[in-house]
Amino acid sequence: MAVCVAVIAKENYPLYIRSIPTENELKFHYMVHTSLDVVDEKISAMGKALVDQRELYLGLLYPTEDYKVYGYVTNSKVKFVMVVDSSNTALRDNEIRSMFRKLHNSYTDVMCNPFYNPGDHIQSSRAFDSMVTSMMIQVC
Amino acid sequence: MEGLTLSDAEQKYYSDLFSYCDIESTKKVAANGRVLELFRAAQLPNDVVLQIMELCGATRLGYFGRSQFYIALKLVAVAQSGFPLRVESINTVKDLPLPRFVASKNEQESRHAASYSSDSENQGSYSGVIPPPPGRGQVKKGSVSHDTVQPRTSADQQEPASPVVSPQQSPPTSPHTWRKHSRHPSGGNSERPLTGPGPFWSPFGEAQSGSSAGDAVWSGHSPPPPQETWVSFADTPPTSTLLTMHPASVQDQTTVRTVASATTANEIRRQSSSYDDPWKITDEQRQYYVNQFKTIQPDLNGFIPGSAAKEFFTKSKLPILELSHIWELSDFDKDGALTLDEFCAAFHLVVARKNGYDLPEKLPESLMPKLIDLEDSADVGDQPGEVGYSGSPAEAPPSKSPSMPSLNQTWPELNQSSEQWETFSERSSSSQTLTQFDSNIAPADPDTAIVHPVPIRMTPSKIHMQEMELKRTGSDHTNPTSPLLVKPSDLSEESKINSSVKFASGNTVADGYSSSDSFTSDPEQIGNNVTHQRSHSGTSPDNTAPPPPPPRPQPSHSRSSSLDMNRTFAVTTGQQQAGVVAHPPAVPPRPQPSQAPGPVVHRPVDADGLITHTSTSPQQIPEQPNFADFSQFEVFAASNVNEEQDDEAEKHPEVLPVEKASDPASSLRVAKTDSKIEEKTAASVPANVSKGTTPLAPPPKPVRRRLKSEDELRPEVDEHTQKTGVLAAVLASQPSIPRSVGKDKKAIQASIRRNKETNTVLARLNSELQQQLKDVLEERISLEVQLEQLRPFSHL
Repeated sequence: MAVCVAVIAKENYPLYIRSIPTENELKFHYMVHTSLDVVDEKISAMGKALVDQRELYLGLLYPTEDYKVYGYVTNSKVKFVMVVDSSNTALRDNEIRSMFRKLHNSYTDVMCNPFYNPGDHIQSSRAFDSMVTSMMIQVC
Repeated sequence: MEGLTLSDAEQKYYSDLFSYCDIESTKKVAANGRVLELFRAAQLPNDVVLQIMELCGATRLGYFGRSQFYIALKLVAVAQSGFPLRVESINTVKDLPLPRFVASKNEQESRHAASYSSDSENQGSYSGVIPPPPGRGQVKKGSVSHDTVQPRTSADQQEPASPVVSPQQSPPTSPHTWRKHSRHPSGGNSERPLTGPGPFWSPFGEAQSGSSAGDAVWSGHSPPPPQETWVSFADTPPTSTLLTMHPASVQDQTTVRTVASATTANEIRRQSSSYDDPWKITDEQRQYYVNQFKTIQPDLNGFIPGSAAKEFFTKSKLPILELSHIWELSDFDKDGALTLDEFCAAFHLVVARKNGYDLPEKLPESLMPKLIDLEDSADVGDQPGEVGYSGSPAEAPPSKSPSMPSLNQTWPELNQSSEQWETFSERSSSSQTLTQFDSNIAPADPDTAIVHPVPIRMTPSKIHMQEMELKRTGSDHTNPTSPLLVKPSDLSEESKINSSVKFASGNTVADGYSSSDSFTSDPEQIGNNVTHQRSHSGTSPDNTAPPPPPPRPQPSHSRSSSLDMNRTFAVTTGQQQAGVVAHPPAVPPRPQPSQAPGPVVHRPVDADGLITHTSTSPQQIPEQPNFADFSQFEVFAASNVNEEQDDEAEKHPEVLPVEKASDPASSLRVAKTDSKIEEKTAASVPANVSKGTTPLAPPPKPVRRRLKSEDELRPEVDEHTQKTGVLAAVLASQPSIPRSVGKDKKAIQASIRRNKETNTVLARLNSELQQQLKDVLEERISLEVQLEQLRPFSHL
């Protein structure tokens, strides 16, 4: 269901970004990049509340004509950004949440791999790739 | 070599094989490579092959002449037949089957072979008589060869693979092994990928074309270790130790060097070491792994932390990417640490990779660690591949719901409640669950609520109908029974019937479903004027109480359960035949807290009346949401059983006050937890209806439902407690009922049967309700905790 999935590190550089190949990938990259501002805005909005109280799922970051961008941030300030096609029968919020949850779980699995150095690109994990593929394939 | 006499079939077969091996068409010499392949396909131990080589003279000559080849083939047949290899055996062994070659790469060959085989056994064995050309094997490193070989291999394997992997022939041909390895690590013939036929191929056929990784490792050792070089780790003692670990393969090392065929033998041997899945860890390997594990973590039951494992495996000089993949595969529970099993799997994979085997996509089954802790969580239904298990904590809560489904099974109407239960267990938020309850309750209007129980029981309906009839006949006893029996649908009927009989207050409760309340109301209506009062009063409380569904408030909810008991009692008493009327002492018409004592008084007056009372009281109770059916029960108890009157009365009074207290509360809560209530009542009812009047069971359900809607969680809890108390009372009273009403043997027996059924139902209900009660209590506690936590915030 997602058109593009991206994992952004704390320092706001992408750890993993993947989109449907047919589309203009650069456009998606740009969308993800611009959404980072919105993410930061949402994070800081909670400001006073501690990180604990902040919910991980950020919800719809911003909609565009064709796409909607959803965000999710972990407690370590790693951000997941997902771009979905607006034309899709309205994806329920719960579905998006579940997708982010899966993403988060796969991400923690990658983290658990001692051979993965935090901050590296996530290119070695087949499980992560397959999970993202499963999320994206549905779009087609 | 002595002369070799061959049969015609043998002659033909051998010549074909020779021509197969004679790739250079010399008609004189069989290519060593081919021959080795062939011999490997024979699935003979390496030493046997070596022996054959020697015996036939190839070792001496250095090549396979036609005669040597034939002799060798004959010896292969001899060996395969289990005879000792001796020169004399060539001609002495009679009726020797044609040698079997497993390498079924070549379907054609296999077919050829099959044609040759005169024995039945040969059919399978000749699959792929001639192993694929050595060249292919040597390409083993290349996945391409794997691919090309694979199809054939698989095709060949399709032939009776089992015969191929006959106990005699331990290893499948080496080409098989490693082909399989790349493809089906877990399946296929017993190949030992690690046995590295590949590596051997390379030395054999092409000059060290093979193992890339292996080469590096083996460079230091003249004979490529038959096993994958455990040695891959630089800091660990080189292959020598590893080689020692695998004596079987080690034996051949020397021979490998010396004789090309020996390598084949080695390979064959190696391959033979494991019948099954190429990824299987041999004992020696396992031992080695365990020793390595101990060096890092002395406790075999402990974990190796990720960092230590990383260091260890980094020594293997595999690229980090591959190590990461290996880790992904082997860390089954994704906890960042390796147990012994995981470690062995990882080590095995490393060794395999070092020997040139591609890593599988999924962890082979033989490498899967024994998941002990995961297995527990597997209860939730995960398969061994619980990779993602850790990531699904949400799955845990649903496990609580199993108890609910049982309820559902008994009462379809409980489906709603089951959902509610699930939400309960999930406890996303108590408030949410509460709201969910409400939402669930909303649709459950009394009619629907009533309807649910219907499908569940046939008998109850019948009984109910009987009761109805009895009612119509005007027997007091029947009344109570009928209401009890009436299912939700019946309830309507009852209502109709009862309406005429009952005092309207709409105590159609008589449905008996809802609870003994109905019973009590019915009997009362039908039977005694006294009860009328109660029923009326019951209804009036209904009015005051939260607007219960008109037909029957039958709060039989917690109390209703007891009411059900009453109903059953009522039924039994009503029938007076089998004393089935299990008017559970429970559920006295709750609605009238004030009246409760009254009914009690009245009830004891006359047994029949009591019965009716009880029947009516339950009816009344349903009307009043969350009314203490217990009071009715009490009354019933008193009335139902003269003997038990005292006991019941004692119980009831206890219950009544409780019920009374709960009544107002319940009344407040009317529409809250309908389903819950119903469930509760249903549960209680079945318990009440220990008599076994199945019909009673259904009736309670609707009642319970209503109660639920009316009651909040807390009330439910209270009701539960009340119900249980009532149930106990009812149950206690039940036994006496039959005695009191034993008129007709048949009827008694029937009623006993029914009572037993209802008994079981009620017992089940009871247990379920207990469970629900626990859940509710837990939820309550959590809610209170949350409340406490939130309090300070309110000040902010």
